[in-house]
Amino acid sequence: MAKFSRFRIAWVTLLLFAFSFGFFLLVAATNTTPVDTSVNAEKGQENSTFSKHKNSAENEKCLQCHGQSKYSYFNKESKRKIIKKMYAELIMNRSVFYESNHREFKCIDCHSEEYLGFPHAGNLRMESQPNCLDCHGEDEKYAKYHFENIEKEFQSSVHSEKHSDDFTCWMCHNAHTYLITARTSENIKQTISYDNAICMNCHSDFSKYQLLTNRQTPNLIKKHDWLPNQKLHFQAVRCIECHTKKINDSTLVGHNILPKKEAVKRCEECHSTNSVLMASLYRYKIKEIRSTQGFFQGILVNDSSVIGANRNFFLNIVSVIIASIVIIGLFIHALFRVIKK
Amino acid sequence: MAEERIYFYPVFIRLWHLINAILCLILMITGISMQFSNPKYPLIRFDIAVSIHNIVGILLSLDYFLFIIGNLISGNGRYYKFPLRGLFTNLKLQLTYYTKGVFQKEKAPFLINKERKFNPLQQFTYLLVMYYVIPVIIITGIAMMYPEIFIPATLLGISALHLTDLIHIFSGFVISLFMFIHIYFCTIGKTPISSFKSIVNGYHEVHE
Ligand code: HEC
Ligand code: HEC
Ligand code: HEC
Ligand code: HEC
Ligand code: HEC
Ligand code: HEC
Ligand code: HEC
Ligand code: HEM
Repeated sequence: MAKFSRFRIAWVTLLLFAFSFGFFLLVAATNTTPVDTSVNAEKGQENSTFSKHKNSAENEKCLQCHGQSKYSYFNKESKRKIIKKMYAELIMNRSVFYESNHREFKCIDCHSEEYLGFPHAGNLRMESQPNCLDCHGEDEKYAKYHFENIEKEFQSSVHSEKHSDDFTCWMCHNAHTYLITARTSENIKQTISYDNAICMNCHSDFSKYQLLTNRQTPNLIKKHDWLPNQKLHFQAVRCIECHTKKINDSTLVGHNILPKKEAVKRCEECHSTNSVLMASLYRYKIKEIRSTQGFFQGILVNDSSVIGANRNFFLNIVSVIIASIVIIGLFIHALFRVIKK
Repeated sequence: MAEERIYFYPVFIRLWHLINAILCLILMITGISMQFSNPKYPLIRFDIAVSIHNIVGILLSLDYFLFIIGNLISGNGRYYKFPLRGLFTNLKLQLTYYTKGVFQKEKAPFLINKERKFNPLQQFTYLLVMYYVIPVIIITGIAMMYPEIFIPATLLGISALHLTDLIHIFSGFVISLFMFIHIYFCTIGKTPISSFKSIVNGYHEVHE
C-alpha cells in the first residue's frame, strides 16, 4: 500500500513537472521571429511586382541601375555594354520604397531630371536637397503632425545644436524608406525596433557617425550597462523615451534630444504607475485595448508589461481581498483559541 | 520525557529552513516594493530592489537544492509522501479538527509519531509549496533574468514575458499567503511556541 502510493505521488509530481516543461517547450515552439526592419537594400527584386505603382515605369529608369547590386551602360567609345558593381550605399530597395510615405513620388520629383543621363553630370553633386518643411510647412493636410513644432524641437536638440546644418531631418528620416510607424502600428515591439533602428543606424555605424564628428562612437552597450537586461530594455523601450523630454503634448514623437546628462536614469520614471511610457509609447495602445478588446482581454493581452507600471487594477483588488480574508480568518481563529482556553 | 521528544528536524533541515525563511521574507519585501514602486514613497529604491531580489532569488534556488538533495539522502523526503486514496477524507478530518476540534479540546485526528511527522493538511500544503510552487517560481524567476535566452517575444499573441511575470507574481502571492498561514498554524502545538522551539533545537514535543 505504502509503496504503491509512493509511486502515485512520484507520478503526480512527474506529471506536474512534465506539464511545466511542456509549457516552456510550447513557448519556445511558438517563438516568432522579430519583424525585419532593416533599412538597407541588399538585393534588387524583379521590377514586375511593382509595376502596379503609377510611377514605376518612370522610376525604373533610375532603378535599373539603383535597384540592385549591378548596373550596366553602353560605352560609346568601345561600342560595348559595360557591367559594373553598384556602390552599396546607392542601392535602393524597391519594396521598401513603394511602402514608404513618399511612395507616390517619382525619383525626379526630388532629384534633378538631369540624373536621367549617364554618367551623371558633375554639377548635380551641388544640387540642393528639398527640406521637409518646403513641402509640409503650413499645410492643413499635415496639421496633425505639427511639423513646425517638430522643427522647433529639432532645432533645440543636441544634434542640431552641435552640427547645425550638417544634421538634417533626412539623417533620421531616410528619404526612400521612412514610413510613419508609431502613429499607425498596432505592434508596439515593431514601433520600438523601427524607431531604435533610426538611432542605431548611425550610432552603431562608425562611418556614418564620422561624417558628422571626429569623435569616436561611444560604445552604447557599455554606456548603458547600468540598465539590467540592457538588451531587453533596448527592445522594450525607445531611445527617445529616455533621451527626449515631452515639451508639447501635440507632437506624438519627441524630437528634442537632450544632452546626455539630462537623460532619464531613474528607474521609477518608467517603473511606477505614473510611468512616462503611458504618456508616450503606450498612449494609443492603452485606449485601443480598453475600447476594442474589453476588460478581461486587457488583463492578459498586454504587450506593455512593465514591472510596477502596469499593475492591473482588477488583479490588485482581488489579491488584496484574498489576503485580507486569510489574515482576518487567522485572527478570528486565534481569538477563538484564546476565548475557549 | 525522553519518549515524548522525537528528533524530527535534522541539522540540514533546520539550516535550510532558517535560510529559506529569511530569504523568502527579503524576496517578499523587495518584490512588493517593485510591484508597487512609487517614486514619491519608495519602500526601496527600484534598482536596489531589483539587485537584491535577483541575488536573493539565486541564493534561494541554491538553498532549494540543499532541501531537495538533503531530503533525498536523509530520507526526510518520505514524510512528504502520502497515499492519494482517502486524501480528501483525511484533509476534511484535519480541517474539521482545526475549525471545531481545537476549540473543544478534542484529540488531533492524526497522531504525530516517527512514521508521521506531518498531519495530512501539512503534508499536502508542504508538498504543494515545496515541490510545485517553489520550483515554478524559481524557473520563472531565472527565465526572467535571462529573457533573451528563455522567453520568446510572444506566445499565442500574448507577450510571453508578461505571462511569465504573471505566473511568477501569482506564485509569489501563494507563497506569501502560505507563509502567514504556516506561521500561524505553527502556534498550534503543545504550547504556542513549542513548534518554533522544535525548528530551532530539532526535537518535536509530542502532545495529546
Ligand atoms: C546607368 C546607370 C544609372 C542610371 C540610369 C541612374 N544612375 Fe544614378 N548613379 C549611377 C552611378 C554608377 C552612380 C555613382 C557614380 C556617380 O556619382 O556618378 C550614381 C549616383 C547617383 C546619385 C548620387 C550622387 C552623389 O552625389 O553621390 C544620385 C542622387 C543618383 N545617382 C540619382 C539618380 C536618379 C534620380 C536617377 C534616375 C533619374 C539615376 N540616378 C539614374 C548610375 C545610374
Ligand atoms: C521625397 C524625395 C525623394 C524621392 C522621391 C527620392 N529621393 Fe533620392 N534622395 C532624396 C534626398 C533628400 C537624398 C539625400 C539623402 C541624404 O542626404 O541623406 C537622396 C539621395 C539619393 C541617392 C544618394 C544615395 C543616398 O542615399 O544618399 C540616390 C542614389 C537616390 N536618392 C536615388 C533615388 C531614386 C532612384 C529615387 C526613385 C526611386 C529617389 N531617389 C527618390 C530625396 C528623394
Ligand atoms: C517634395 C516634397 C516633400 C518633401 C521634401 C517631404 N515630403 Fe513628406 N510628403 C509629401 C507628400 C506630397 C506626401 C503625401 C503622400 C501621399 O499622400 O501619398 C507626404 C507624406 C508624408 C508623410 C505621411 C503623411 C500621411 O498622412 O500619410 C509624412 C509623415 C511625411 N511626409 C514626412 C516627411 C518628412 C519627415 C520629411 C523630411 C524628412 C518629408 N516628409 C519631406 C511631400 C514631401
Ligand atoms: C534624431 C533623429 C530624428 C531627427 C533628426 C528627426 N526625426 Fe522626425 N522622427 C524621429 C523618430 C524616431 C520618429 C518616429 C518614427 C515613427 O515611428 O513613426 C519621428 C517621427 C516624425 C514624424 C511623425 C510624427 C507622428 O506624429 O507620427 C514627423 C512628422 C517628423 N518626425 C518630422 C521630422 C522633421 C520635420 C524633422 C527635421 C526638422 C525630423 N523629424 C527630424 C526621429 C528624428
Ligand atoms: C533607460 C533610459 C535610456 C535608454 C532606453 C537609452 N538611453 Fe542612452 N543614455 C541614457 C543615460 C542616462 C545616459 C547617460 C549615461 C552617463 O552619462 O553615464 C545615456 C547616454 C547615451 C549616449 C551618450 C554616450 C556618451 O557618453 O557620449 C548616447 C549616444 C545614447 N545614450 C544613445 C542612446 C540610443 C541610441 C539609445 C537607443 C538604442 C539609448 N541611448 C537608449 C539613458 C537611456
Ligand atoms: C546621422 C547620425 C545620427 C543619428 C541618426 C542619431 N545620432 Fe545621436 N549623435 C550623433 C552624433 C555625431 C553625436 C555626437 C555629437 C557630438 O558630441 O559631437 C550624437 C550624440 C548623441 C547623444 C549625446 C549627446 C551628448 O550630450 O553628448 C545622444 C544622447 C544621442 N546622440 C541620441 C540619439 C538618439 C536618441 C537618436 C535617435 C532618435 C540619435 N541620436 C540619432 C549622430 C546621430
Ligand atoms: C524608459 C523606461 C525604463 C526605464 C528608465 C527603466 N526601465 Fe526597466 N523596463 C522597461 C520596460 C518597458 C520593461 C518591460 C520589458 C518587457 O516587458 O519586454 C522593463 C523591464 C525591466 C525588468 C524586467 C526584465 C526581466 O528580466 O524580466 C527589470 C528587472 C527592469 N526593467 C529593471 C530596471 C531598472 C533596475 C532600471 C533603472 C536602472 C530600469 N529598469 C529603468 C522600461 C524602463
Ligand atoms: C515561505 C517560507 C517558508 C517555507 C516555504 C516553509 C516551509 C516549511 C516546511 C516545508 C517545513 C517542514 C520541514 C521539514 O521538517 O521537512 C517547515 C517547518 C516549520 N516552519 Fe516553515 N517555512 C517558511 C517560513 C517559516 C517562517 C518565517 C517561520 C517562523 C517564523 C516558520 C516556522 C516553521 C516551524 C516552527 C516549523 C516546524 C513545524 C512543522 O514542521 O510544521 N517557517 N516550514
